[in-house]
Amino acid sequence: MNGWGFQVDALDVARWQFGVTTVYHFLFVPLTIGLSVLVAILQTMWHRTGNERYLKLTKFYGKLFLINFAMGVVTGIVQEFQFGMNWSDYSRFVGDIFGAPLAIEALVAFFLESTFIGLWIFGWDRLPKRAHLASIWAAAIGTNLSAYFILAANSFMQNPVGYRINPDSGRAELTDFPAVLTNKVALITFPHTLAGSFLVAGSLIVAVGLWHLIRNRDSADTGAYRFATKFGSWVVLVASAAVLFTGDIQGKIMTDVQPMKMAAAEGLYTTESPASFSVLTIGSLDGSREVFALKIPYLLSYLGTGDPNGTVHGINDLQAQYATQYGAGSYTPIIPVTYWSFRFMIAFGMAAGAIALLVLWSQRKGRTPSSRWLLRAGLAMPVLPLLANSFGWIFTEMGRQPWIVFGEMLTRNGVSRSVSLAEVLTSFTAFTLIYATLAVIEVKLLLRYAEAGVPDVSDEHPIDDTHDDAERPLAFAY
Amino acid sequence: MELTTIWFLLVAVLFTGYFILEGFDFGVGMLLPVLGRDDRERRVLINTIGPVWDGNEVWLITAGGAMFAAFPEWYATLFSGFYLPLLLILLALIARGVAFEYRHKRPEASWKRRWDTAIVVGSLLPAILWGVTFANILRGVPLDADHEYVGGLVDLLNPYALLGGATTLALFLTHGAVFLALKTTGDIRERAGALAVRVGAGAAVLAIGFLTWTLNIRSSAAAVVLAVGAALALLGGLAAARVRREGWAFTGTALAIGLAVATLFAALFPNVLPSTLDAAGTLTATNAASTPYTLKLMTWVAVIFTPVVLAYQGWTYWVFRKRIGVANIPQH
Repeated sequence: MNGWGFQVDALDVARWQFGVTTVYHFLFVPLTIGLSVLVAILQTMWHRTGNERYLKLTKFYGKLFLINFAMGVVTGIVQEFQFGMNWSDYSRFVGDIFGAPLAIEALVAFFLESTFIGLWIFGWDRLPKRAHLASIWAAAIGTNLSAYFILAANSFMQNPVGYRINPDSGRAELTDFPAVLTNKVALITFPHTLAGSFLVAGSLIVAVGLWHLIRNRDSADTGAYRFATKFGSWVVLVASAAVLFTGDIQGKIMTDVQPMKMAAAEGLYTTESPASFSVLTIGSLDGSREVFALKIPYLLSYLGTGDPNGTVHGINDLQAQYATQYGAGSYTPIIPVTYWSFRFMIAFGMAAGAIALLVLWSQRKGRTPSSRWLLRAGLAMPVLPLLANSFGWIFTEMGRQPWIVFGEMLTRNGVSRSVSLAEVLTSFTAFTLIYATLAVIEVKLLLRYAEAGVPDVSDEHPIDDTHDDAERPLAFAY
Repeated sequence: MELTTIWFLLVAVLFTGYFILEGFDFGVGMLLPVLGRDDRERRVLINTIGPVWDGNEVWLITAGGAMFAAFPEWYATLFSGFYLPLLLILLALIARGVAFEYRHKRPEASWKRRWDTAIVVGSLLPAILWGVTFANILRGVPLDADHEYVGGLVDLLNPYALLGGATTLALFLTHGAVFLALKTTGDIRERAGALAVRVGAGAAVLAIGFLTWTLNIRSSAAAVVLAVGAALALLGGLAAARVRREGWAFTGTALAIGLAVATLFAALFPNVLPSTLDAAGTLTATNAASTPYTLKLMTWVAVIFTPVVLAYQGWTYWVFRKRIGVANIPQH
C-alpha cells in the first residue's frame, strides 16, 4: 500500500498492458480489414473500365493502406506472444482450445495476407495485370479470414462452448471444434467487427477525398476525389446500417449468454420488466444516487430481449446468483467503464454515419461541397469510428470481468506467476513508449501522403513480357 | 508415429523454416551499413528482401501458434520464463518491420539514417537473442515441479547460451551476405561475396564449437548425424562462396542453419524444456501436449494447408527471382 491508498501488483500492470497493446493494435486492424477490400474494389474497377481515375485512387489509397498495414503487422506479433508471456496460467488452462484458432489463423490467413501483400506492393511491374489484381484480393481475403479465427478465439472467452473440464488436470479440453467455430457469439461478432472496420475505412476515404475536393477546387483530379467521397460515404452508410443490425442481434445474444454484461451496460441494479435505456446519467453509477438521467422507456428491454416489455436482469440479482453458483466474491464489472464505453461506442459510431449523409447531401445533383463546417466534420470522420471500435472492445472485455473465460476462470488466476512486477512494468513502459512514438510518426506520414493527393500515373507502361530490360528502374516501394 | 511426435517434428520444422528464411533477412538488415555505401545501394539491399520479409516472419507466428495449440505447457512456460529476451525480440521486430515500410517514405537523410539504425539494431538483437533462447531450451532452465520458471535473467546468460547467440549472429551474417551475393549485381555482389567468405570462416568456428558443446550436454544418434551434416553443409557453402558459385553457397548456408536447428531439436527430444532442478519439472512432448482430439484436428489442418502455403510462398520467390542492382533503383 502506498501513500495514495492503492497498490499496484503484477496483475494490474499485466491487465493494463494487455488493454493498451490490444486497443492500440485494433486502431490499425480495422483499416487493414476495410481498406484492403476497398482498394481491391477500386483496382477491380480500373481493370473493368480502364479509367485512369480508379488507378490513381487505387495507388493513392493503397499507399495510405500500406502505411497503416505495417503497424498492424508488427503490433500483432505482440498479441500472440503476450498470452504466453503475461497470461501463462490462462494459456495452460485453455491452450488445448484457444491455441488451435490462433495457429490456424497464422497458417491459413497470415501467410496468405503477408505473402500476397508483398506480391502486390512489389508486383506492379512484374506480375501480369490479372495476377496483380488477384494478389490484393488474396491479401484482403487473408485479412478478413484472420479476423474470423481471432474472434472465434475471443468468443470462447465470452461464451465457452465445445469443451469439457478434465477432472484430473483441471484444464479445459476441446471436444467439439466446429462448435467453437460456430459459437453464436463468434457468428455475430464477426460481421459486427467487419462492419465497424468498414466504417473506419470508408470514413478515411471520405475524409481525404473531401479535403481535396474542398481545398483544391481547381485540381485536375476533382473527378477522382468526387468519386472517392461518394464511394466512401456509401460504404460508411451501408456499414452503419450493418453495425446497427448486427449490434442489435449481438445485444440479444449477450443478454442470453452474459446477462451481467447487459446489466453493466445500463448500470441496471434491479431486475426490471420493462427496462428503460438511459442516454446519459449524471450522478453516481453505483445505484445509490442518481441526480439526473435521460431515459428512453422500453428500449433496454427491446435491446436485450426483442420484446419492449421483456425482463432484463439487474446486477444485484445476478451478483447474488453468481455468488451462490461460483462461491463468494464480486462478479460485477466496473460499472462506470461499461456504462460509458457502451454509450460512446454507439454515439461515435452513429456520428460517422450522420456525417456521411451530410457529405452525400452536399454533393447532390453534381454540386461541389464548399462548406468549411462540412470539411471539419469530414476530417473528424475517421477518428469517430476508431473511437467507437475502441470503446466497443473496452466494453466487451471489461464487461466480461472478473472472468477471463466466462464462468470458468477468473482473470486474476490467469496471470503468469513467474513474471515479476519489475518485468511487467518494464515491458509495459517499453511498449507504451515505442507505441506512442510510432503513433506520432504514423499519423504524420499518413497526413503527408494524404495531402500529397492522387499520384500521376501517366508515365506508367504495361509490362512487356517479350523483352526484358535488366537495367530499367523498377517500382520499388522501399 | 505418435501424434505428439508428429507435432514435435512440425514445431521443429516451423522454427527451422523460420531461421533459414528470416536468417538471411536478419543478415541483410545487419549488413545494411557495411555493404550499402550510399542510399541507393542501401535501397538495393533492402529491396532484395522487400517482397518476402513479411511472409518470412509469419513462420515465427505460425511456429508460436503451433506451439500454443499442440504444447500449451511448453508455450506458457517458455514465453513467461524467457520474458525479457522475448520482450527485446518483440521490440526489435516492431522497430525493424516499421523501418522497412517507412524508410523510403520521406526524402530527408536524417529520417533514413534513423530508420537504418532501427533496421540494424532490430536485426542484430533477434539474431543474437534467438541463439541465446534456443541454447537455453536445450541446456535446460530452472523449473519447479509445476513447470514454472524459477530462475532469473542471469540464469539465461550462461556461457553456453552466449556462445549460441554468437553462433546464430555469425551464421545469419554469413547467410545474409551469401543471399545478397546471389540477389544483386555489380559492385555490391562482389563485396557481399568477399564478405561472406570472411565472416563465414568465423561462423564455421563458432558453429562447430557450439554444436560440439551441444552434443556434450545432450545427444542422440540423429543429433550427431545432423550436426555433422550442418558442419559439412556450412563448409561446402563457404567453399562454393569462395569460387563465387552463389546458388550453391546459399544452398549450403541454408542447409547449415536448417541442420543446426534440427540438431538442437533432435538432441532435445523427447524433452521440450528440461528442468535443471527437479526432474519432475521437465516438460516433455508428452506431458506438455494438448489432447489427441486437438492434435488430430491440427494435423488435418497442417496436412491440407502447409503444401498450399509452401506453393504460393515458393511462387513469390520465383516471381522475384531476378537479381537487382543500383541501375534498377529510380533516382528518387
